[in-house]
Amino acid sequence: MFGELTWQAIPFHEPIPLISGLVVYVGVLALVVWVVMKGYGPYLWREWITSVDHKRIGVMYCLLGGVMLLRGFSDAIMMRAQQALAFHSGGYLPASHFDQIFSAHGTIMIFFVAMPFVIGLMNFVVPLQLGIRDVAFPTLNSVSFWLTAVGALLVNLSLIVGEFSRTGWLPFPPLSELRYSPGVGVDYYCWAIQISGIGTLITGINFVTTILKLRAPGMNYTRMPMFCWTALASSLLIVAAFPILTATLAMLLLDRYLDFHFFTDTAGGNSMMFMNLIWAWGHPEVYLLVLPAFGIYSEVVSTFSGKPLFGYRSMVIATMAICIISFMVWLHHFFTMGAGPDVNAVFGIASMIIAVPTGVKVFNWMFTMYGGRVRFTTPMLWSIGFMVSFVIGGLTGVLLAVPAADFQLHNSEFLVAHFHNTIIPGVIFGVFAGYIYWFPKAFGFVLDERLGKWAFWLWIVGFWVAWAPGYVAGLEGMTRRLQHYDNPAWRPWMLLSALGVLIILAGIAVQIVQLVVSIRTRAARRDLTGDPWDGRNLEWATSSPPPEFNFAKLPNVSEQEPYWDIKQRAREAMRLVTPEPDYEPIEMPRNTPTGFITAFFATVTGFALIWHIWWMVTLGLIGAYVTFVVFAWRDHAERVIPAEEVARMDRANREARAEYLQELAR
Amino acid sequence: MSTEILRAPIDPYHLGHQPAAAGAPPQVTGHGAGGPAPKRIVVGYGFWIFILSDVIIFASFFAAYSVLFKSTAGGPTARQLYDLDNTALETAFLLTSTFTCALASIAVGQRSLKWTQIALGCTGLLGVAFLTLEAREFASFVARGAGPSRSAYLSSFFTLVGCHGFHVTAGILWLGTMMAQFYAKGFRTDIRHRFLCFTLFWHALDIIWVAIFSLVYLVGTLPPEFLP
Repeated sequence: MFGELTWQAIPFHEPIPLISGLVVYVGVLALVVWVVMKGYGPYLWREWITSVDHKRIGVMYCLLGGVMLLRGFSDAIMMRAQQALAFHSGGYLPASHFDQIFSAHGTIMIFFVAMPFVIGLMNFVVPLQLGIRDVAFPTLNSVSFWLTAVGALLVNLSLIVGEFSRTGWLPFPPLSELRYSPGVGVDYYCWAIQISGIGTLITGINFVTTILKLRAPGMNYTRMPMFCWTALASSLLIVAAFPILTATLAMLLLDRYLDFHFFTDTAGGNSMMFMNLIWAWGHPEVYLLVLPAFGIYSEVVSTFSGKPLFGYRSMVIATMAICIISFMVWLHHFFTMGAGPDVNAVFGIASMIIAVPTGVKVFNWMFTMYGGRVRFTTPMLWSIGFMVSFVIGGLTGVLLAVPAADFQLHNSEFLVAHFHNTIIPGVIFGVFAGYIYWFPKAFGFVLDERLGKWAFWLWIVGFWVAWAPGYVAGLEGMTRRLQHYDNPAWRPWMLLSALGVLIILAGIAVQIVQLVVSIRTRAARRDLTGDPWDGRNLEWATSSPPPEFNFAKLPNVSEQEPYWDIKQRAREAMRLVTPEPDYEPIEMPRNTPTGFITAFFATVTGFALIWHIWWMVTLGLIGAYVTFVVFAWRDHAERVIPAEEVARMDRANREARAEYLQELAR
Repeated sequence: MSTEILRAPIDPYHLGHQPAAAGAPPQVTGHGAGGPAPKRIVVGYGFWIFILSDVIIFASFFAAYSVLFKSTAGGPTARQLYDLDNTALETAFLLTSTFTCALASIAVGQRSLKWTQIALGCTGLLGVAFLTLEAREFASFVARGAGPSRSAYLSSFFTLVGCHGFHVTAGILWLGTMMAQFYAKGFRTDIRHRFLCFTLFWHALDIIWVAIFSLVYLVGTLPPEFLP
């Protein structure tokens, strides 16, 4: 009846996962009960869960990323604690549990923290910056989000029902094959990633189409804000790389479920083919995470230096160069495969070449700041912290790109320190900068600056205390993923590293306090003008938070920094120059529960597949098909906002803005 | 510092704005000129991008197939298994179905419900005939002890060709839904957009089949001395 699901699946004999899992579930349950008791249910359903508004979906993505950051970070604390304790002893985590934790940590941080955060900011910002009303396919956008959430749900379900993968954040065969990993852990991993991967792919398609086909009049390619360019590059990478991941995991699943022999190393299977395929996705993946973050830094640095971005065109070229070269470096993840010196040399050189466009970017940011009136706000601090830290992380990457050195450093703590040194300052600092920068646009009030600065300093100090020791330990020969060790030379570094994680913990705590304090004092921090930072692109030309339709009249773009241009003209003319437009009724897509219902059936199907409950798989798939047909059958996909309503909302915005622009003009 | 220095002249070449001819509506192509592209272009373009991503899934399976082509683990080889007559028939069915699918597009353009349904019906029947032949081929392989578990080569063969067959199956399901929609809702704009996507999908499956036909079946039955 229930396939392989029995009471054995609940880890009654392992207190740590059981208790932490229960805490999570009780917490979620309490939240749901609280929402229902307070009567927020219908509101949430109407305004958020079924929403197809890109801004709301963006916020939900970021919320998912933030919550999962807490989960992934608690894994990090457990790992650091284990390595601090497990000197000449087994530590407090049994090996099987430690293995699940490092696998879950990587999986969650990449797929359910970095990806949702980056995609969430793209969702929120890109249509606003392009001066349009929504993305190309709003309903699919909602489907994307909910499928991503299903992946996160399945990963967390494995806490308490069954187990998670023990094969690392990428399931390398032959270890991940049924013969060596007979449990459901790898299946949890694969189905969670497959389902959320479909969501990500749809996002990629959606954003390529949006950016290439839907832009405000006059916004040609060389007028697109940098963040839109990086979002485009990132979406292209999704479209070109995620199918490889889907195909590769499909092959692994066929091996596991139907006794195929792709990667088994028996009957002609070849596990190194998995390495090639997975990294042909995996390397573009890291760039698709970091490129939008580069876009955020570009926006932030230019705004807070009060200057246009230096070398806009070289920045565009660098972005697109990274987008292409990222597909030509995958073999550097396994120089030790034995492909021979010529192949290794080609990939080594390609890996070093990719540092060139990245270097171009760093210089462009520096020259943007040069001669500007730099305001050291929190987003700017994160950006500068990024520049300093990321250059070091990038340089260690160039070191690793030398095949001869890589033979020594492969699989060591040095490598782990390197990629944390690129991903944390590169992506996580970037999304924090973006979060603070665009928060007033999303919610209409600014976050507390003083606490924000505290959080920044705790984070960056904690980051360096946690990861600089990794380089040393790695050079001293420490390999990654050690559950215990007996080399006294590594011990001090592991203790220091654990201290660093505690400092980061304090940083995260301050970030939570910052959010709570800012919400409680929001009345005093209202952003009435829609432009709290003296911004330069179109997202600041509308009110904070923007109306559902973003712009009452699509802006007519004639400059690279359209909103800066509007403000300049206002300064010259000493008034708001644009006369009131003729308001017309606006068609907006109707909210629909399609995404949520699809996600429900995806959860059922995924869970049933993991546990081999075949009748439930069939039900789930039929449900998904029925949802699709019901959606296809509806007659009214759009609703009309009458012109008077548009006019009323826009006049309020124009009034606030007129006063503000008057003030600027003085 | 004066703000003047930081400013470029405003739009000196009138970039991105189509000079509107007297009275003519500005041409909107989505290339930044004149604003967002119309719905039909957006839908078709998005679906093209989806097809590209689907092609990459197939590319991965093609890559796996070519890597594992010789990994027969002592089992049957391509030359022993493939039956080109069967493949020729499959190809004939699929290519004809693409022709009838194009006829359906013309019928939709003419707003002829009868001919749309007839052409789509033929497309579906030809698709079913194709799938039947493919299923028969798969069954005969399994009966001869050449199932996907026999060797890595056969795993990759069944995955690649099976993935195409799975797409055709999904296409037939979509086609049925499409016919029902034309019947129930007529030639409404959004349904015609959807139909545009369906035709793109169906033709793309044909292109993939051409690649499978050439790279799997024709190359697979070459005498060994012609293979690298």
